[in-house]
Amino acid sequence: MSQLPTPNFKLQTAGFRRQLAGRKRWGRVFAALCLLAAMVGLVVLAVLIVDVLAKSRGWLDWQFLTSFPSRKPEAAGVLSALAGSLWLVALTALFSFPVGLAAAIYLEEYAPSNWITTLIQTNIANLAGVPSIVYGLLGLGIFVRTLGLGRSLLAGALTMSLLVLPTIIIASREAIRAVPPSLRHASLALGGTRWQTVWHTVLPMAFPGILTGAILALSRAIGETAPLITIGALTYIAFLPDGPMSAFTVLPIQIFNWTSRPQADFRNLAAAGIVLLLVVLLSANALAILLRDRLQKRN
Amino acid sequence: MDVQPMGALPEAVNTLSPAPPALTGTVRRRISEGAIAGALFLCAAVSILTTAGIIGVLVFEAFEFLRAVPLADFLLGRVWTPLFDPPSFGVLPLVAGTTIVSVTAMLIALPVGLLAAIYLSEYAGRNTRRVLKPLLEILAGVPTVVYGYFALTFVTPLLRQVWPQAQVFNALSAGIVMGVMIIPLVSSLGEDAMSAVPNALREAAYGLGATKLDVTLRTVVPAALSGIVAAFILAISRAIGETMIVLIAAGQSTTLQFNPLKAMETMTAYIARVSLGDNPQQSTEFKTIFAVGMLLFIMTFVLNLISQRVLAKYRQVYQ
Repeated sequence: MSQLPTPNFKLQTAGFRRQLAGRKRWGRVFAALCLLAAMVGLVVLAVLIVDVLAKSRGWLDWQFLTSFPSRKPEAAGVLSALAGSLWLVALTALFSFPVGLAAAIYLEEYAPSNWITTLIQTNIANLAGVPSIVYGLLGLGIFVRTLGLGRSLLAGALTMSLLVLPTIIIASREAIRAVPPSLRHASLALGGTRWQTVWHTVLPMAFPGILTGAILALSRAIGETAPLITIGALTYIAFLPDGPMSAFTVLPIQIFNWTSRPQADFRNLAAAGIVLLLVVLLSANALAILLRDRLQKRN
Repeated sequence: MDVQPMGALPEAVNTLSPAPPALTGTVRRRISEGAIAGALFLCAAVSILTTAGIIGVLVFEAFEFLRAVPLADFLLGRVWTPLFDPPSFGVLPLVAGTTIVSVTAMLIALPVGLLAAIYLSEYAGRNTRRVLKPLLEILAGVPTVVYGYFALTFVTPLLRQVWPQAQVFNALSAGIVMGVMIIPLVSSLGEDAMSAVPNALREAAYGLGATKLDVTLRTVVPAALSGIVAAFILAISRAIGETMIVLIAAGQSTTLQFNPLKAMETMTAYIARVSLGDNPQQSTEFKTIFAVGMLLFIMTFVLNLISQRVLAKYRQVYQ
């Protein structure tokens, strides 16, 4: 013991102290950097919204909402695109919601743990990562050509349904999983069958969460453009869709069409269309958040 | 508690069980339960059919294309001029376009997204987080066509003030805006990974004299590395598959070059542009979109698989 040199504690603490101040300074710099990074997205979002609002001034009016597209910018409007978007999202909801919910119920409540279940689960995770334009190619190959649906609303809605299905399934599964098992046990103990347990106990509890997920998934369908371009949704439609087999256009495609013209007036029309699209999406998001909060309060 | 005599219970069961109406009820119930289970399974199987459909359509059409164009010419050719006479089907210019735009996007999305994730997980207070997260979700929910508009009409003019030689349609503008679009994906997945690191690890590091910076960079980030890497790979896959921003802002040039200030076309933008035009659907030009789509699908699929493997293999499981 006595052979060891006695360390000069005073000197070492001084060095440590000096270093510590430096380390803390770097820490503050790093914290500021992180805060800055978190703000980048928000600043861009704010700039984007202000920019679009400024450019759409004077263009977003009643006439814009109630007119068909036109070669003259001052007479052009989004009526057919708005109607097309509503048709498309309604049909997509009709197809994707029941199937997605049923798939989620199967995976959470019924599926045995075997290779088929694993395959389905991995597959859903993979489908969620497939680029949307590839779904467009699928829709073009199967719905438009093989099934002969043509460039119709129905073909578009079926394509969109396949696109949003993974999102709906994943969100519904989470909502179903959040229902406490004790409730299921109670229902089963009272003699309820599996389906009765699901229908009368699990689903009512999970429904707000499922609905939230479905709204978010469908709002993605409202904003999606690429797959509809691929299956051949038209860019110029001067009539209202009269049924599922009708040709159609949607808001994002109308916006794209106006954006790709060089004249400033059409760019401003595109900005007006964007404001409308963002208002629709933000309302859907607000609704979804409202539902989620209600769910959290109840549990 | 009253304890029933042992013999009483079987007798009670015996009097109940042979009743015939209950039995047929049970049978009917069992059949309908089975039918419901079957129907639910079919709905779950739709996802398998979707994958099969995607692969089927792409393989079938790409095969037709490859009968006209040798695979090596497609994958290694440097000239992409499907509409010229004679046409040339070398996909490398499109792959280069996709690469340049994606790399630009990742240069923004990965560092900014990771730092934002660190802020959300380690620095932000509860209230800040409660405001920030929904706002970032909104950023993630903005339709890509809107980002495309923003790139072309706002970012590009700015870039052209800095670099006057930049073309009206250029890869840089599309890449920057795409990077911003992908920030929320990286930050939210990254935050999930870092929030899963147990506090005991942080406290141990503090106990050894670490500052907050040391704890964050030497304990939390390494502990969450698998989740962070998985998020990065998903971000790359997302950038490769993004269509509208590049279709609007990056232009249509299919010359093989690597200057981001010039116009270039990505694989996705090419598919969309050909779909917009009116090429006859049986022509080889039209079949190219399925061949390019196949390549795109394989690239994103492999990246997604790697991301899942990274998560599954290297994830530290904390209680």
